[in-house]
Amino acid sequence: MNEERKGLKEKITNSDIWRSIFRHGYENTGRRYTLQILQNVWLHLHPPRISRHALNFRFTWCMGGITFLMFLVTAVTGVLLMFYYRPTAEYAFHDVQYLEFDIPFGMLLRNMHRWAAHGMVISVMLHMFRVFLTGSYKKPREFNWAVGVILLLVTFFLSFTGYLLPWDQLAFWAVTVGTNMARATPVLGHEGPFAPSDITQSNDVRFALLAGTIVGPSTLLRFYILHCVAVPLLASALMALHFWRVRKDGGISGPL
Amino acid sequence: MEHFIALVTKPDNVPIVAILFLIPYFIWLSYRQARQTDKTGVPSDAHLNDKVYVWPYLCRNEFICAIIVMLVLGVWSIMIDAPLEEPSDPTKTPNPSKAPWYFLALQEMLVYFDPWIAGVVLPGLIIAGLIAIPYIDTNPKGKGYYTIKERPFALSVFCFGFIILWIVLMVVGTFLRGPGWNFFAPWEAWDPHLVVPLTNVNLSYLFGIRDANTANFFGFVVVAGYFALGPIVYLWKRNTSDFLQELGLVRYIVVSFLFLTMLALPIKMILRIFFNVKYIWVSPWFNV
Repeated sequence: MNEERKGLKEKITNSDIWRSIFRHGYENTGRRYTLQILQNVWLHLHPPRISRHALNFRFTWCMGGITFLMFLVTAVTGVLLMFYYRPTAEYAFHDVQYLEFDIPFGMLLRNMHRWAAHGMVISVMLHMFRVFLTGSYKKPREFNWAVGVILLLVTFFLSFTGYLLPWDQLAFWAVTVGTNMARATPVLGHEGPFAPSDITQSNDVRFALLAGTIVGPSTLLRFYILHCVAVPLLASALMALHFWRVRKDGGISGPL
Repeated sequence: MEHFIALVTKPDNVPIVAILFLIPYFIWLSYRQARQTDKTGVPSDAHLNDKVYVWPYLCRNEFICAIIVMLVLGVWSIMIDAPLEEPSDPTKTPNPSKAPWYFLALQEMLVYFDPWIAGVVLPGLIIAGLIAIPYIDTNPKGKGYYTIKERPFALSVFCFGFIILWIVLMVVGTFLRGPGWNFFAPWEAWDPHLVVPLTNVNLSYLFGIRDANTANFFGFVVVAGYFALGPIVYLWKRNTSDFLQELGLVRYIVVSFLFLTMLALPIKMILRIFFNVKYIWVSPWFNV
């Protein structure tokens, strides 16, 4: 029986189909461990080998990885949420209600999206804290720290644009308060210092952000497109750069 | 007390409550490693210097970490529902109106500075300052391990900014601000009709200046004098301080400007809270 099973297994793993998909076996050799990383599109951003201290949870806190995981969770749940949501003032709120009460697991989906987004904001702040405490921004990683600061902003902006989409009182007023400060931008805001007289509330920087003089239907559409398309694309591009640079700058920082 | 409990148990404030535990935990974790490094003079992970294969060692860690995080997220999502209030109504302003929790340190700064500073200039300088950090911190030590002894200045400035001026202000803005953005202690009930007498006066008034032009000039002198502290210290110490020599003039100007700007916030807070100072500099164009 055992012999038979072994023969069958060999037959399958030696078949043309199997070998076209999996390019390496499962023998316990360093060569296979290396191939496992190099020949896998999802893993190939890793180097084949790293310093042992980089495994240490006490050192890394895993926060960069958790941030990326949270981004993936929001991306997957976000795509699913888009099936049930229309970004118009007439429908937005009721679509969220419908999602909560009538779609199977709709509430769970929305919860996961929101809490993963909050989790991402927390983990990205802690990641920055860790990178600072370990002095990991120092030469040669200066530029990657700058990319990281931009990614922190992008994370805030992703979360902030998503905050408006439920179109309830919480969303509306949080975004109203959050964008009110743009009125006071020096020169470019109509209430800011040194604003030229032809900067009014219908052409200043806040107007550009809100697509109106108050938060309204066009703001909802604008934030929806920023939240679902523009900012995630930007974040993905910057993350690719960030991870790439981690490797090119010599892997994660360490005592040696 | 009931308002405070309502705030703490509000679903959207879970991250703030989590931060209250996470930040002290990670400070403790890093402090322990830093202390060990500083005591022995050898980075605490220096012995872990051999190379290991990413598969399976790192991938296994990442996988386990992902499972644990997904488990926490799953339980969190099953237990606590995301908030959905009444449909939005531009004619019904809630009191207090709060920005999302991660912007509440900025909203809290609005108490002490006008919106153009608190909402635009300071956030802009925070970002610029963060990006500038690697270029102005010339200390080559403390790279890749936790230490306090080898970089006390950089650490204390960053920790003050991050923990006090960002996290603590965020927590205050979330939990201790009620109607009218008035301060309410946890045990106090929110009184929407609370009237706080506006007894704040400008700094020039405290010095007996009543004339607007003189006040403008006085404010300019105070603010300019404050930011001149940087160059003055440079001229005074440049020949004797190795630190300044190493830093160089350009880096020093950036460091001192960012440092003084950061300290301006707690200084203004103290002036407001203890001396009822409204503005330091009142000019026809802007107020500081």
